[in-house]
Amino acid sequence: MNETSLLVSLPLIAALVAAAWPRAATITGVIATLGNAGLAVVLAIRIGQGGAEAEALGGWAAPLGIGFAADGLAALMLVMTALVGLGVSVQVAGAPLPDAGRTGQRTAFWPLWLATLGAMNALFLSADLFNLYVTFEILGLAAVGLTALSGTRTALRAAFDYLSAGLAGSLLLLLGVALAYATAGRVDLAVVPELAGSHEGRVALGLIFAGLAVKAALFPLHFWMPAAHSSAAPEASALLSALVVKAAIYVALRLSIEGGAAVELLRLVLAVAGAGAMLWGAWHALRADRLKLLVAHSTVAQVGLIALAIGLTTGARDGTIWRAAALLMLSHALAKAAMFLAVGRITEELGHDRISGLNREELRPGAAEFAFAIAAISLIGLPPTAGFVGKWLLLDGLIDRGAWPWVALVLLGTVLSAAYLARVVSRCLRGGPHVAPGARRPAWRAGDAAALGLATAALALGLASALPLTLLDATLT
Amino acid sequence: MTSDLVYHVAGAGLLAIALWRLATCRDTLRRITALNVLAIGIAMVLLASGHDPATGVTNPVPQAFVLTGIVVLVAVTAALLALAERLEGSSDE
Repeated sequence: MNETSLLVSLPLIAALVAAAWPRAATITGVIATLGNAGLAVVLAIRIGQGGAEAEALGGWAAPLGIGFAADGLAALMLVMTALVGLGVSVQVAGAPLPDAGRTGQRTAFWPLWLATLGAMNALFLSADLFNLYVTFEILGLAAVGLTALSGTRTALRAAFDYLSAGLAGSLLLLLGVALAYATAGRVDLAVVPELAGSHEGRVALGLIFAGLAVKAALFPLHFWMPAAHSSAAPEASALLSALVVKAAIYVALRLSIEGGAAVELLRLVLAVAGAGAMLWGAWHALRADRLKLLVAHSTVAQVGLIALAIGLTTGARDGTIWRAAALLMLSHALAKAAMFLAVGRITEELGHDRISGLNREELRPGAAEFAFAIAAISLIGLPPTAGFVGKWLLLDGLIDRGAWPWVALVLLGTVLSAAYLARVVSRCLRGGPHVAPGARRPAWRAGDAAALGLATAALALGLASALPLTLLDATLT
Repeated sequence: MTSDLVYHVAGAGLLAIALWRLATCRDTLRRITALNVLAIGIAMVLLASGHDPATGVTNPVPQAFVLTGIVVLVAVTAALLALAERLEGSSDE
C-alpha cells in the first residue's frame, strides 16, 4: 500500500464508516480529510523531486490491467482537492448542515463528501478510460447527494436534472470508450494518440469529449448547472463548483495533452464552446438578481475560460498554455470555494441573498465580504493572485503564437468578469453615510475562517506560483 | 452479417429516440425511462460491436463493459426514482 492506493481507499473506507456510524461521522470525516491532505502533499513532494510514478494495480500491467499513474498534473489536482476539502470541512464541522432526510441528524454531508473525495482522487490517478467512466459514476452519485442535501423542492428538482444530465453524459462517455475499444483493442490512456489517427477513433474521442462537456457544464451543455449550484447548500455548492466540475475538465486536459496535434478539430470546438461559455456566463451573471446565481453563472464563464485554454493547447511540447490551463483550474477551485463559503456566510447574516439588498445600513461588511473580494480579485485575474499568473501565462502563450482574436476574447472575458463581480464588491465597499454609526459587526464563525483561508491561499499561490509550475514539469509524455 | 446490422441499426434507433425524448420532455418518470432506453441502446451497439461475424467469435470485453454499465444504470435509476418520489411528495415551498 503506497500513497496512490491509500488516496483512493482511505476516503472510500471512511465514507462507509461515516455512513454506517452517524455518531462518529464528523470526527471520521475530519480525520479522513486531514489524512488525505497529508497523503496528497507527501505524494506531490515526492513527484516534484523524483518525477512521475506509475502503478499497475494487483500486478496486472496495461492493457490488460488497470493502471494508476501519478504525475505532476495529477498531483496538483490531488493537492487542490485536498485544500478545498479542508476548507469546506472546517466550515461544516463548525456549523453542521441540516439534514433533510432524518431530523436530528446532521451528518449526511460526511459520507457524501468522503465518497466525492475518493472518486475524485481515483479519477485523477486513473490511467484507463473505462476506469475514468466508473469514477465519474461514483462522483456523479455522490455529487447529486450533495446537491439534494438541503432538501428543498428547488434543490431536489436541480438534483434530478443534474443526475439525468450527468447520466446522459456518462452514457456518451461509455459509448466513446467502447468505440475506442472496438477501434484499438485497449482502453488505457496511452491509446489516445492511436485513436486520434483513425476516423473511428476520432468519433470515439468526439463522443468522450461530448460526455465530458455535459459533465463540465460547458456551454451550450451547461443548462443543468446554474440551478444545481445555486440551490444547494453553500458548502455543497463550494465543493460542486470548485471541484466536481474540475474532474471533467481535468480529463479533457489530459486527453488534449495525450492526443497532441492530431485532435485539432476537437480542440477547436472546445475553444469555441469555451469562448461562448465565457460570454454567455458573464451575460447571465451581469443580470442575476441573487448572489448565489451570480456566482454559479460565473462558474460557467470561468469553465469557459479554462476550456478555451485547453482548446488552444497543442500538446505537451507547447509548454505555456496547458500549464496556464492547469493553473487556472487550481486558482478557480480555491477562489470559487472561498466565494461560495463567503456567500453562505453573507446570506446567513443578512437573511437573504439578493444583490440589491447588499446595500445595508445596519450591518457592517465583515470577514465574509473581505474573503469574497479577495476571491473576486483572483477570479478576475488581478496581480498578485494565482488567477493573474494563470491568465498571464495564457496570454503570453497566445501572443507568442500571434493568436490575436483569442487574446481579444480572453481580455473581453476578463473585463466582463470584473464587471459582474464589481456588482457585489462595490456594494460591500460603500461606507460613510451609507452605514449607520451604530451598525453592528457580523460575528465570527468557522465559515469566515474557511472562506478567508481559501481566499488567502488563492492570493498566496500567486506569490508562490513557482511551486505548482515546478510540479507540472513532472508530467508524463 | 445481416443480423449484426439489425442490432447496430436498432441500437442506434433506440439512442436517437431516447435522446429526442430527453431533449423534449420534462416529466420525471418519462425522463428516467428515456435514460434507460438510452443505456439499452448503447448496450446493444456495444454487444453487436463485440461480435465478429467472420469467425462467429464474441469478444467478452464489451460484454464486461455492458455489465458494468447495467450495474451503474440500476444504481442511478434507483437514485433518480428516489429523487422523483421526494419531488412528488414535496409540492409545497
